[in-house]
Amino acid sequence: MNTIDDIQAYVALVTLNADYASALDSADWDRWAEFFVEHCEYKVQPRENYERGFPLCTLALLSRGMLKDRVYGIRETLFHDPYYQRHVVGLPHILSRDGNLIEVETNYAVFRTKLSQETTVFNVGRYLDRVRIMPEGLKFESRLCIYDTEMIPNSLIYPI
Amino acid sequence: MGDIPVVFPIRPVWESKESSSRIPFSVYTDDELYKRELERLFYHAHWCYVGLEAEVPNTGDFKRTVVGERSVIMVRAQDGEINVVENVCAHRGMQFCRERHGNKKEFVCPYHQWNYSLKGDLQGVPFRRGVKQDGKVLGGMPKEFDSKEHGLTKLKVAVRGGVVFASFDHDVESLEDYLGPEMLAYFDRLFNGRKLKILGYNRQRIPGNWKLMQENIKDPYHPGLLHTWFVTYGLWRADNKSQLVMDSHHRHAAMVSTRGAGGAKSEVTAGVTSFKETMEIQDKRLLDIVPEAWWGGPTAVMMTVFPSVIFQQQVNSVSTRHIQPDGKGAFDFVWTHFGFEDDTEEMTQRRLVQANLFGPAGFVSADDGEVIELSQNGFEQKPFHRAVAELDGHGTENTDHMVSETLIRGMYSYWRSVMEDPA
Repeated sequence: MNTIDDIQAYVALVTLNADYASALDSADWDRWAEFFVEHCEYKVQPRENYERGFPLCTLALLSRGMLKDRVYGIRETLFHDPYYQRHVVGLPHILSRDGNLIEVETNYAVFRTKLSQETTVFNVGRYLDRVRIMPEGLKFESRLCIYDTEMIPNSLIYPI
Repeated sequence: MGDIPVVFPIRPVWESKESSSRIPFSVYTDDELYKRELERLFYHAHWCYVGLEAEVPNTGDFKRTVVGERSVIMVRAQDGEINVVENVCAHRGMQFCRERHGNKKEFVCPYHQWNYSLKGDLQGVPFRRGVKQDGKVLGGMPKEFDSKEHGLTKLKVAVRGGVVFASFDHDVESLEDYLGPEMLAYFDRLFNGRKLKILGYNRQRIPGNWKLMQENIKDPYHPGLLHTWFVTYGLWRADNKSQLVMDSHHRHAAMVSTRGAGGAKSEVTAGVTSFKETMEIQDKRLLDIVPEAWWGGPTAVMMTVFPSVIFQQQVNSVSTRHIQPDGKGAFDFVWTHFGFEDDTEEMTQRRLVQANLFGPAGFVSADDGEVIELSQNGFEQKPFHRAVAELDGHGTENTDHMVSETLIRGMYSYWRSVMEDPA
């Protein structure tokens, strides 16, 4: 990180992650979809599959349209016990930068709180992102949530 | 105590001797009963699913899994055969295998280095003949110690169509007899000899009794009501051409259905509040269904093989779902999605995209785990009460429609025959 431009990009990444966590933790699912470019990839995948080269994901959404289909499912079709999410996101670790495309890895922990119940660790892992610097700001071309958590505590409804 | 019933009954009370339509909540909440289930349903006289041959393609490949609550290892030995051995050292009882998969030439317990062949035979015991010092032999195992008596516990193994089952009970009937001809036909339809290609795993822990997952896939009443997704796209509707089929013991079942035209409002959706008439999918790939020759008609066959596994074909998505009980109030649910060796890249991608419907986050599966958890909560607070599974009557006949709870009644008639046997 040598130039002003690199420092600006780093700050922008930190801000992006903070905005993203804020949108998810306030259950603003419409905003969630807007963090992505139209032809994007959003995957939630067990670390085991990722490391063993198995392509299966827990969620594999392949366009912003598909993200919106998920939002519709969360709102209208998926019955679930209501819960809060709280994301704690680490600092970005930049893997590479090629002009306006940044590849970056960031640790995260998501806590779940159900009504009348204690807060528990829900999902822990790292984001593996490809972020595009665009005139309107930073957007995800791809966000992989590779999670360590061996057992999903029952179900995963909201995005990570 | 007046009219208030005893809250914690000593044993489950069935209201009827003939019918199992009223299921006592205590079958889901009683610890003693659960132990007896492990004993009689998982460890004796039954076959349990352990995995797919494709998970251990090479000599020495192994996968750690469970039969009931007992940790076992499925491994391909030097002769190419698949063996299943219990993951407990014959010496001091340590669960020696910690990796979940890998490749080994032999099994070695780290504690005292007892080592076993891939078939579970004890090969070596350090200091068996003692240690020589100053012309004397110190220690060592007694002369009469016989390695043959100290192998790992070996399970009986059956492999069919690339699927591996195991049983601690070496007197268990053949897998073919166990499944019965009706189930075997559906089993062979899915596992018809083609090599399988593993696509990956999903793992979830569901805080409910293990039987609830069997019941969930024996219950065609709920999909069109709980799973709005199914209704809207006609993947599962009460007016789909369908059959409910059981083996002669009523322990296994297949829910077979053929997708209708879908979409349009009709009698079966008119009264369903969960039906979303205006719902339109934004990315059509989620429902890019391409019929496959091996289907032979049905677009979905959901098979429950008692007690441990579900075989799923829902349009192009195929998987095994392994039920791994952990106490009466929880089970781990492990999904193995697969494809076939002759799949095109497009078909593999299609299976992967359709996997969004299933698993712990699935559009038509995530809510199953949720209702199971909340059912268990209900049972725990009211163990003297009972469930009512009387849609389509009290009997256990096969049907040619979905408006029935016959499969659940069938499973409990079998469950009672095994669990209530005084032997």
